[in-house]
Amino acid sequence: MKRVYVNEKWCLGCHLCEYNCAFANSGVDDMVKALKGKTIAPRIRVEESDSINFAVSCRHCDNPLCVKGCISGALSIQDGVISIDSDKCVGCYTCVLSCPYGCISTSEAGAVQKCELCTKNADGIPQCVAGCPNNAIVFEER
Amino acid sequence: MKYVIIGNATAAIGTVEGIRSVDKYGEIVLISSEPHFTYGRPLISYLLLGKTTEEKMNYRPLDFYETNHVTAMLGRTVTSIDKNIKAVILENGEKVSYDKLAICTGSRPFVPPMEGLDTVERQTPFMTLDDAHRLAELLGEQKDKDVLIIGAGLIGLKCAEGILHLSKSLTIVDMAPRILPNVLDEYGSSFLQRYLEDLGMKFYLSDSVARFSTPNHAIFQSGMELDFDVLVVAVGVRPNTSLAEEIGCEVNRGILVNTHSATTVPGVYAAGDCTVSHDIAADTDRILAILPNAYQQGEAAGVNMAGGDKVFDQAFPMNASGFLGLHMITAGSYDGEAFITTTENSYKKLVVRDNKLVGFILIGDVDRGGIYTSLIRDQVPLDTIDFDLIRQHPQLMAFAKAERAKKLAQPH
Ligand SMILES: Cc1cc2nc3c(=O)[nH]c(=O)nc-3n(C[C@H](O)[C@H](O)[C@H](O)COP(=O)(O)OP(=O)(O)OC[C@H]3O[C@@H](n4cnc5c(N)ncnc54)[C@H](O)[C@@H]3O)c2cc1C
Ligand code: SF4
Ligand code: SF4
Repeated sequence: MKRVYVNEKWCLGCHLCEYNCAFANSGVDDMVKALKGKTIAPRIRVEESDSINFAVSCRHCDNPLCVKGCISGALSIQDGVISIDSDKCVGCYTCVLSCPYGCISTSEAGAVQKCELCTKNADGIPQCVAGCPNNAIVFEER
Repeated sequence: MKYVIIGNATAAIGTVEGIRSVDKYGEIVLISSEPHFTYGRPLISYLLLGKTTEEKMNYRPLDFYETNHVTAMLGRTVTSIDKNIKAVILENGEKVSYDKLAICTGSRPFVPPMEGLDTVERQTPFMTLDDAHRLAELLGEQKDKDVLIIGAGLIGLKCAEGILHLSKSLTIVDMAPRILPNVLDEYGSSFLQRYLEDLGMKFYLSDSVARFSTPNHAIFQSGMELDFDVLVVAVGVRPNTSLAEEIGCEVNRGILVNTHSATTVPGVYAAGDCTVSHDIAADTDRILAILPNAYQQGEAAGVNMAGGDKVFDQAFPMNASGFLGLHMITAGSYDGEAFITTTENSYKKLVVRDNKLVGFILIGDVDRGGIYTSLIRDQVPLDTIDFDLIRQHPQLMAFAKAERAKKLAQPH
């Protein structure tokens, strides 16, 4: 299965992936309208230090501990993609506690958010990867 | 191959999914006393709170039994097991034969003897969807009932969270000197207690009900007296082990299982709240009545019943137990050297023993806390990571480059 993989040595720390993610998941057509003046809550996040940066998003694990611990059945495996049904999620954060990579983000709305490889918005073409200027994240089979 | 599963909650569903990951065609019969489609048990408080509805509580999609070719006998109770003829016997005498059996019977409420308890008409435990229905009915919608909850553990407090907005007053009494003693340390308990008191809950700790007198009057050990309209008894739970015990499975409070979820009787497996787990954080055997554990034990049971090989040996306590806007995640054991950070709205404690993280408490800011959980689960030697960095925030930057590449540049 294709997943998002990180080449940390090429990451510029530009945060474009975060913006593209927030835009792709906003349901709004216009990037400025979608993001201007808002605190964005992207499903991919860049970790930074003086010498190294890299973007972290869901690994779509073969053994998804988030799914196994979810108390409501909101998280599930759909053809290998770890998906969330926001309508069923009660915001208990057991998945935040379970994910070894810190890839579930909380949101004011109550339901948690996670990368679903753009299966619900951009025809399964992850927009973080599409917009990365330096191939620091790639979407491929490994 | 014919599989029989007793129970229909998390451990049972984990068992079904474990079996089907190996054996697509074997017959599966699932038998459960509760008449409902499988639901997330912890959701019953969210139901009362209005954060979910009954239509959304299904733990799996509504075609789950069909898709997985499971014959679900709901509303039926197994009264005994005949291991000589390999069959379970139901309440009406009906026999259901098996080749492999999984006991996923969970736990039941523990009710300590209290004088006059049986004279209290408007009372309920808080373990099942039916209990939640009954509680909602007892409370009504007028917000005119004084409620007494016995038990300030997870179930009592989750119940309190669910019904605070439906109650005129809410009093919680517990024999322990602090709330949620199995989940939090002293500071965490008092932090949470203050938060809940500010929302209107009243606590009486190091106290208990000595007796009830009619109508609806409680007299405490301390001498305090209280009138109430509705009583919730949430003192604790006991594992359902009798079926297993009767056929010779070794039981020590819970059913003993190995890392393959097999009991000491060949062909018989057990998973979930009815079993004893090995807690890797405290290095002791104990009952870990939590949902993630139930699922993974069940899954291992299922895979192994179907002839596969799956080990579950990473059990430890972990709870995401937020209350009414205060988020909180905890894991492991608090016995060791503590690293503590507090602010007005948050509390963070990391506990280290023998070069390993063995436990943590995060209240308020829980962001990416699962990275700490992974340090416990994988028993990562702390001198192989940048502990000073990860202490500030959970982050993958604290791992060595090669370890990061494993996490982020390889499939999992
Ligand atoms: C209010 C509440 C809140 C909770 N919150 C959390 C939480 O936030 N996080 C967390 O991790 N855990 C939580 N838990 C605990 C969690 O619900 C349990 O760990 C989990 O449900 C265990 O699953 P299980 O399958 O082992 O057993 P159970 O859920 O107890 O289910 C056992 C099933 O077996 C059936 N059964 C028993 N005996 C028989 C028999 N003889 N014949 C037929 N059927 C039988 C029962 O009817 C029942 O349906 C909570 C529990 C409660 C009550
Ligand atoms: S959210 Fe975390 S645990 Fe779940 S699949 Fe993604 S990386 Fe794995
Ligand atoms: S926060 Fe939502 S998705 Fe996460 S475990 Fe709880 S119910 Fe499941």
